[in-house]
Amino acid sequence: MSQLPQDLKYTKSHEWVRTRADGSLEIGITDHAQHALGDLVFVEVPEAGRAVKSGDACAVVESVKAASDVYAPVSGEILEGNAQLASAPETVNGDAYGAGWLYRLKPAAGAVQAAQLLSPQDYQKVLDAEAG
Amino acid sequence: MALTERVIYEYSAPGRGAADQWPAPTGEAELSDLPAALRRAEAPQLPEVSELDVVRHFTRLSQLNFSIDTHFYPLGSCTMKYNPKACNQYAMLPEFLARHPLAPESHGQGFLACMYELQEMLKEVTGMQGVALSPMAGAHGEFAGVAMIRAYHRARGDDARNEIIVPEAAHGTNPATATMCGCVVREIPVDTQGDVDLDALRAAVGPQTAGIMLTNPSTLGVFERHIEAVARIVHDAGGLLYYDGANLNAILGKVRPGDMGFDVIHMNLHKTFSTPHGGGGPGAGAVGVGERLLPFLPVPLAAKEGERYRWVSEAERPQSIGRLSAFMGNAGVLLRAYIYMRLLGREGMQKVGEFATLNANYLLQRLKDAGFDAAYPRRRASHEFIVTLRRQARELNVTAMDFAKRLLDYGFHAPTTYFPLLVPECLLIEPTETETREVLDAFVAALSQIQKEAEQEPGRVTSAPHTMPVRRLDDVRAARQLDLTWKPTAPS
Repeated sequence: MSQLPQDLKYTKSHEWVRTRADGSLEIGITDHAQHALGDLVFVEVPEAGRAVKSGDACAVVESVKAASDVYAPVSGEILEGNAQLASAPETVNGDAYGAGWLYRLKPAAGAVQAAQLLSPQDYQKVLDAEAG
Repeated sequence: MALTERVIYEYSAPGRGAADQWPAPTGEAELSDLPAALRRAEAPQLPEVSELDVVRHFTRLSQLNFSIDTHFYPLGSCTMKYNPKACNQYAMLPEFLARHPLAPESHGQGFLACMYELQEMLKEVTGMQGVALSPMAGAHGEFAGVAMIRAYHRARGDDARNEIIVPEAAHGTNPATATMCGCVVREIPVDTQGDVDLDALRAAVGPQTAGIMLTNPSTLGVFERHIEAVARIVHDAGGLLYYDGANLNAILGKVRPGDMGFDVIHMNLHKTFSTPHGGGGPGAGAVGVGERLLPFLPVPLAAKEGERYRWVSEAERPQSIGRLSAFMGNAGVLLRAYIYMRLLGREGMQKVGEFATLNANYLLQRLKDAGFDAAYPRRRASHEFIVTLRRQARELNVTAMDFAKRLLDYGFHAPTTYFPLLVPECLLIEPTETETREVLDAFVAALSQIQKEAEQEPGRVTSAPHTMPVRRLDDVRAARQLDLTWKPTAPS
């Protein structure tokens, strides 16, 4: 398993969150999550303008093994979904923390602080616990 | 026997056919009322083959089948048990086969009697107050069940209840059903022993709760021990309990969903009551309801008045969610299920649950003894159980899928793989009650042999199957570039 990027925040449900220069958030699934799902064959991303609450299912990733919801880690408004993934879902497998981002979101006021995101160290503990 | 069979188009030769089976030619005059937009510009490309070509092609294909009549088929969550031939024989009586669904009730009393008795038997075995037989598959039954829950809340003016709680150990189809019925799905976790997390459930219920969908035993192959507490929490919040009958085989004749507090249940008659299934049909997803949902049952229902049987229709059931099929659902499947239940009788029904559970626990113990890891080693199996091959994947780089494919070479249909996703590298194994100990032992021997291969020559396992008509299929490419149209390779 590769190193976790240290500049990201994480969730127990295996999403990562990147804070961009303009304060918006970029969200994807972790390398661990893409590995557990296996080769993705379909990705559904949310439409721009949709308001989401923390914990809402707002994207779907589907592999030959399973379909899985991706939850909004932070409340806010969707700015855009990654349109590339419709024709190239494998991007998530190949570059989970980069070109494989799922959507960008403008967080609601105070939402980031309320979201209880995990540091890379704490997410690593979640992974270690799961590995038993 | 040839190990492969060509696509039927590859037998095609111009002008060949089964002339005596052609429909009479249709002239321009008969086609004149057909709107131009609905008429095709060119003839469809159908294979031009002789009758004998067709017979041989499909007979050969059927000989390549892995089926319950030829192989052990421990496909977890699917209940692939033996379908007694007697059920088929009696359902094929000419009086049943030739019955017209629009014939008057007086001309179908025998069939109506069977349907009425089937409703009554299913009520008794599930502990519900009413049963409707018309849903034509498990998913259809689920749809009927959640549609009734919605109709119930609406009839009370309780319109805000649109959330269905689905524990992560529920049947995989439940979230789709709730969504199809216009509800919002709220997933809740299970604890480390596979039971519903009651704190998460308490936090999830509220005035928005329409109901909860549960499978018991759950998809983890264990009996939900907190079921009474779950029922209390959901009922106190004003929601209803939906029982997914996917795993009814485990508790048949032993525990009744009605007694556990469920308000509505669907039964996969094609699974639990042993009619041929798999590959998409035909099924029968009868629904049973408690007192509160009785007015909403779909129609038609079979009723008995004195010594006569009759259909109950919409006019008598103004609150019914309506019709779910043109007539009486999959009548042939319903008949087979009815005959199966009559052949078993009350005592036989109890033995189904007992032997399904005994076989699963025997197989689980033997696999544990052989060194395989149970996903829930401290829990007793229900009718099925989960083995995790996480250790093999990590240490030997041989996955659950590799084991599954190699099993085919040993003459066994693979168990369900990678479901539930909660357990990594899992095999969900359901032996059913109709297998002998010798078959179960042979299955353990095959898995042990594959384990040995994985340790000594892993390539043999990771490149399996070796003896099937086709080798390892590229399922990822098939899903990403779906193309179902046959095209000739090159004109000759």
